[in-house]
Amino acid sequence: VSCQLVPVHLWNVVELNDHTSFKRSHLICCVDESVKCVISVVINVDAKKFVGILLTMSPVEPALPEVPEHAPYLLIGGGTASFAAARSIRARDPGARVLIVTDEADLPYMRPPLSKELWFSDDPSVTETLRFKQWNGKERSIYFQPPSFYVSPRELQTVENGGVAVLMDRKVTHMDVRGSKVKLSDGTEISYDKCLIATGGVPRNLQVIERAGEEVKKRTTLFRKIEDFRALEKVSRELKSITIIGGGFLGSELACALGRRSADLGLEVVQMFPEKGNMGKVLPEYLSNWTTEKVKKEGVTVLTDAVVKNVSYKDGKVQIRMKDGRVVKTDHVVAAVGLEPNVELARSAGLEVDSDFGGYRVNAELQARANIWVAGDAACFYDIKLGRRRVEHHDHAVVSGRLAGENMTGADKPYWHQSMFWSDLGPDVGYEAIGIVDSNLPTVGVFTKATAKDTPRAVTELSGTGIRSESETEAVAGAVAGAVAGAAGAPAPPPQQKEDYGKGVIFYLRDKVVVGIVLWNVFNRMPIARKIIKDGEEHADLNEVAKLFNIHDD
Amino acid sequence: MSYCKQEGKDRIIFVTKEDHEAPSNAELVEDDPNDPYEDHGLILPSGEINWNCPCLGGMASGPCGQQFKEAFSCFHYSTEEVKGSECIEHFRGMQECMQKYPELYPQEDENESGPSGGDDTAPAEPSNTDAASVPDSSVDEVTVAGTENAATS
Repeated sequence: VSCQLVPVHLWNVVELNDHTSFKRSHLICCVDESVKCVISVVINVDAKKFVGILLTMSPVEPALPEVPEHAPYLLIGGGTASFAAARSIRARDPGARVLIVTDEADLPYMRPPLSKELWFSDDPSVTETLRFKQWNGKERSIYFQPPSFYVSPRELQTVENGGVAVLMDRKVTHMDVRGSKVKLSDGTEISYDKCLIATGGVPRNLQVIERAGEEVKKRTTLFRKIEDFRALEKVSRELKSITIIGGGFLGSELACALGRRSADLGLEVVQMFPEKGNMGKVLPEYLSNWTTEKVKKEGVTVLTDAVVKNVSYKDGKVQIRMKDGRVVKTDHVVAAVGLEPNVELARSAGLEVDSDFGGYRVNAELQARANIWVAGDAACFYDIKLGRRRVEHHDHAVVSGRLAGENMTGADKPYWHQSMFWSDLGPDVGYEAIGIVDSNLPTVGVFTKATAKDTPRAVTELSGTGIRSESETEAVAGAVAGAVAGAAGAPAPPPQQKEDYGKGVIFYLRDKVVVGIVLWNVFNRMPIARKIIKDGEEHADLNEVAKLFNIHDD
Repeated sequence: MSYCKQEGKDRIIFVTKEDHEAPSNAELVEDDPNDPYEDHGLILPSGEINWNCPCLGGMASGPCGQQFKEAFSCFHYSTEEVKGSECIEHFRGMQECMQKYPELYPQEDENESGPSGGDDTAPAEPSNTDAASVPDSSVDEVTVAGTENAATS
């Protein structure tokens, strides 16, 4: 016999002894499998009184709706920020019932491997399993948790000890803040006590492609989700030429990933962008140039200073014409030109949207309005140290999601722990960064020669994970070591004529204060970088600050 | 010998090991251990357990979160000579729950690759690990702290 407590309005009442206590009663419905009937005991909860017994002979199971009517914690969006918040809420509020509503058909997963590790896998079934082996042989899935971690939305309100439920393929189309409830695309309503908006964003497209007609658009990928990875992976095996438009993180990572396969697949990989070099908006020019050479070595034809004028489909090829007259003929296009934060609920919810950075405007505690928080790519928040900003990185989604979850359970803490980000250009060169890393700022870079240990591959092998922000939790955040005892000098090597930026630290300055740091092939040093930014001090000699990183230690 | 050059607004310094030998004279601001904004490691300044520590992975938030919290709390506050010896029932309850979810909590001998979720390791000693952020994985060496006394054997 299995029993559930069913609120009044869901009863299938056949007969009731005492009509007067109807409203404040609860029905305990028990389904006896052997007898095939529903035995119901009506109790008046307030008076703790047994009222009567109800017997219905219809073999009906008390039908709990698929979508719960109420979720104490409602998280809109099923990505990284949402999952981090769910975990945070569950850790802090025992028995919490958390409902994640996502328009994707997938449980929450992490994005970085979609443009990195998944492409390096030797396993032909990787597009199905979405599992990948890291450099050290350890395997993992991109999903944060397997299905057994979650409870079904149907049982969310009743399951003992609560849990996290994910309602997939459902879009929240309307938010009624006054009534504390949302409406889904099929009209279903869900009320909430606390709500998180973590709707992320949608890849931007080039206007010239939007206007270019169906033949071009169906040969264009806007890369963000699992389905985009699957589609592009298929394209890479079947077609002969792929062109990536965009020179930032996503564009460069995809270019490198495809470039590495290009020889085996007989695939031409082209990357084009308006800047002078890869990561041109992030890295100072000399490093951006160096990075571009590295990308070329991965088998990519890189076209810099390239502004697309128009795109058309002709003679079985997509033709991309640039403003300076250059033309590229290709089979498929990937547009990696930025993300449009998803603020569709702003209007119905009466939420402010930021005009400078896009996204929902929230305070330092990530709160938009009473009982509504925003985290992840869609949150334009006030960073006490660095000012108002919006950040589109994995670790930020985790940090802000976690913080939102803490604040939804009463913590009231501001954004304080700076998130970091990282990028690898293949197994040999990678960097980690933190803070405001904008190439428009003046920078000071301190470099030295790299050794074999200074590679992303070596770091992953040591820490066991390719998700660089995770390796921080594994590393002990120890005090910064003092001087390295060393033999006095062999004569110093001659100054590098051909720039060899083996490894180093690059400081980004705003009004003489370090607001951003890039660790170039220097790993496990993020805590000290975070500390320097937190301090927000003016330092007279940044080489002295660079010493704190002990970049020569192996 | 360090060597410097300037490219527009960007300054570049090349250094050798010897250049960085002398200790740094850069000053860092002393941290306030009671800063309410700071993330903490496994144990909060008050002595309580920080269930939200990334080092715990998903242990406190998954389907067996309740049992885990009870068992670990019992252990943490235990003042017995053999720490946690009075917590055996809690650990048993935790283990029973975990056995129902082998995908999330694989038994140790199978645990070469960890759960499909991820790879967190909790510190054996509560320590102030820098709390960066990892929302995945449910298992694993957290059992170190709880079962050192073979409470689950």
